[in-house]
Amino acid sequence: MMTCCSVGPAIDAATVFAGDLAPWVTTRPDGSRELDLIIPRLCSPESIPVIEGALEGLPGLTSARVNFTSKRVVATWNEPSFNPAGIGEKLNELGFISRPFDPSHSGLKADDAQSRLLLRAVAVSGFAAANIMLLSVSVWSGAEGSTRDLFHWISAGIALPTVAYAGRPFFRSAVRALSLGQFNMDVPISLAVCLAALMSLYETFNHGEVAYFDASVTLLFFLLTGRYLDHLMRARARSSVSQLLSLSASSAMVEEADGTTRILAATALQPHMRMLVAAGERLAADGIVISGTSEIDRSLLTGESNPELAAKGAVVHAGMLNLTGPLTVNVTAAGQDTFLAEIIRLMASAEQSRSRFVQVADRLARIYSPAVHILAATTLAGWLIWTGGDWHSSLMAAIAVLIITCPCALGLAVPAVQAVASGVLFRNGVMIKDGAALEKLSGVDTVIFDKTGTLTLGRPRLTNSASLSSMDLALAAGLARSSRHPLSRAVCEAAKSREIAPAAVDDVQEIPGCGLSASFQGEPVRLGSRHWCGIEENDGQGLPEFVLMRNSKTASIFAFEDELRGDAAAVIAKLKADGLRVEILSGDREIAVRRAASTLGIERWQAGATPQQKLAYVESLKAAGRRVLMVGDGLNDAPALAAGLTSMAPSSATDIGRTAADTIFMGESLQPVLVARDVAIATQRLSIQNFVLAVGYNCLAVPIAMLGFTSPLIAAVAMSTSSIIVIGNSLRLGLFFRKQTAVPAARPQQGAPDLPYLERRAA
Amino acid sequence: MTILLFLIPAALALGALGLAAFLWSLRSGQFDDLDGAAHRILVDDDRPKRSNPPE
Repeated sequence: MMTCCSVGPAIDAATVFAGDLAPWVTTRPDGSRELDLIIPRLCSPESIPVIEGALEGLPGLTSARVNFTSKRVVATWNEPSFNPAGIGEKLNELGFISRPFDPSHSGLKADDAQSRLLLRAVAVSGFAAANIMLLSVSVWSGAEGSTRDLFHWISAGIALPTVAYAGRPFFRSAVRALSLGQFNMDVPISLAVCLAALMSLYETFNHGEVAYFDASVTLLFFLLTGRYLDHLMRARARSSVSQLLSLSASSAMVEEADGTTRILAATALQPHMRMLVAAGERLAADGIVISGTSEIDRSLLTGESNPELAAKGAVVHAGMLNLTGPLTVNVTAAGQDTFLAEIIRLMASAEQSRSRFVQVADRLARIYSPAVHILAATTLAGWLIWTGGDWHSSLMAAIAVLIITCPCALGLAVPAVQAVASGVLFRNGVMIKDGAALEKLSGVDTVIFDKTGTLTLGRPRLTNSASLSSMDLALAAGLARSSRHPLSRAVCEAAKSREIAPAAVDDVQEIPGCGLSASFQGEPVRLGSRHWCGIEENDGQGLPEFVLMRNSKTASIFAFEDELRGDAAAVIAKLKADGLRVEILSGDREIAVRRAASTLGIERWQAGATPQQKLAYVESLKAAGRRVLMVGDGLNDAPALAAGLTSMAPSSATDIGRTAADTIFMGESLQPVLVARDVAIATQRLSIQNFVLAVGYNCLAVPIAMLGFTSPLIAAVAMSTSSIIVIGNSLRLGLFFRKQTAVPAARPQQGAPDLPYLERRAA
Repeated sequence: MTILLFLIPAALALGALGLAAFLWSLRSGQFDDLDGAAHRILVDDDRPKRSNPPE
């Protein structure tokens, strides 16, 4: 299956949506109500009947329908009194996290409508093309006189409405371009289609021999297919991205002056509101802690991998994760002074300075469209001179040139490859936001990685598990079991992987900033910082540690390290072997960055970089002419992500990181970076091959058309063959990568790195 | 050649029928969930429907 199972790290909001569902409920024309829910982790088809069965068991619900492709559930009911909150609770019982969403709001409906319009146009033009082609075959095989006229008239009857209906996407775009005083590919397309149809109509009136109805409709059919593929790719990427974003659509619990609480959307928060943040929640706004003590994970904001203590008076920012205790936060002034606003301002300026990237297809269109018009005009003028003013045959020749040169295969050359490429990448856990990202990715010569959350998984791992006695580990796991602190979770995971059951301890208390205390068989036990346990600080390696105290005696020391992604070293070695310059640009402390860099064999690294410094560094590399791929996840990376030629972010990144990045990859593996680059290079190669094929065909056909030897038959054959060759060539990409990569996009658990793609690539 | 007067409308009608069928299936949402439809065929839907429970 695909990669959906690995959305995991992005989800740390409350598992049941707690807000008011009323805004998401829509009333249908027949009076029944409908609620759309996204289930991001829906990944096994066996869940379809489970979910539908469970939901239909809810009293009052009339139907529940799972859409497996878009990972949604549509639930409908008739009674206005039905409480839709039960749906989310039921799903949660089944182990699914769900979020309500409004399809019309998230832009998906517009995408859907557009894609249906295009698909209908493809269907109509396909029908018309097939039927006109059948009639044309009869004409080409020698129908004459009134039979030929009849066939032409029937063709006209099919072709003219088809052109009017299915040609609209091109006509609109051409009119828009012309009204801005520009040319795009759609101008010659519209001209060719309309002129061919009109000229053929004129010929039909005058019992002429030659009609190009089939050409104009077939042209539309091929071009619409290309346009549909292009649209499909963008829509798919957008819908995946909006699914990810919907997960973290954050809300906040606000305490009113009278002590009552209510849930507000993060955007509705105002300064001076009192926000209650439970342990395990992400902060929805900037503020100052009024009461409570807790540890705060700020890794997404600063790249700092160790949690920090936050007590009364501490300044906290949106996006930080509250780990150990509840906090009451006074929301500070929104507006231009917040950390978030500063990041967004930096991002906007970085995006402005991002030099406008022109895709190969657009560059070609700029040369191609004028060239086509000049050729047609030259043909007209040449024929007028040659024939001494025979308008009829001159116009016929000029229109034939327009039809023959119409960028039919060109319109398919890039979309077809990109559609195949995005499918290949999707299966490998990479989501590309648009085709330009693929093109940019193929030309990259420098890769800059953020450390925390990008090269690492952003969560600590117990490094000395093997040297701990199983008794100590069991005891520590018993204490840590109830805590959300990342170090505690690492202890539990280590115990689980050694198959040690947590010891039963009583009276567990979590003291933020210090650790956990409890009693075990009557003895006091503690698990926490050196300071709290009364041991002298160590040599300052800067690595997080836990001390386990049993009966006031030190039992053992637990050492942690932010774990590198299992295949990070192998992926980086491959990137370097491909001649790319690889660097680390991190906001974390020097010692942690140095260790990661030396493990991964990266010579160039920077630690302690602020968002501004990251941005400045990427800009300076760009100024030096390097084509930078920025890979990062945090808020602090967002400006640099926007500044790089192109950028990738793991799906666990912040909203802003995911918005800023061109490409998002899923799972615990870093391999998608490599796969994406390989696919991008192959895509680029195939696109260029397709261009050469298409232009080559035109070069052969144009002289024939200019000399007036074109017949509708030649036009039809030339157009169809070149289009089919281009599509066939594009499909090679899918075949190649299907053979090469059976990459499990997400490894279920860490452990031995599973590198089928890397191995195959080396072979 | 009068046979053409029957054959051509017949051919066109058949084509139009196909087009209409496609447009209908598009409108009725049969293309909305292609992955799901592929798996639903394997779903054992013998479970009793709530609307007509077993006697």
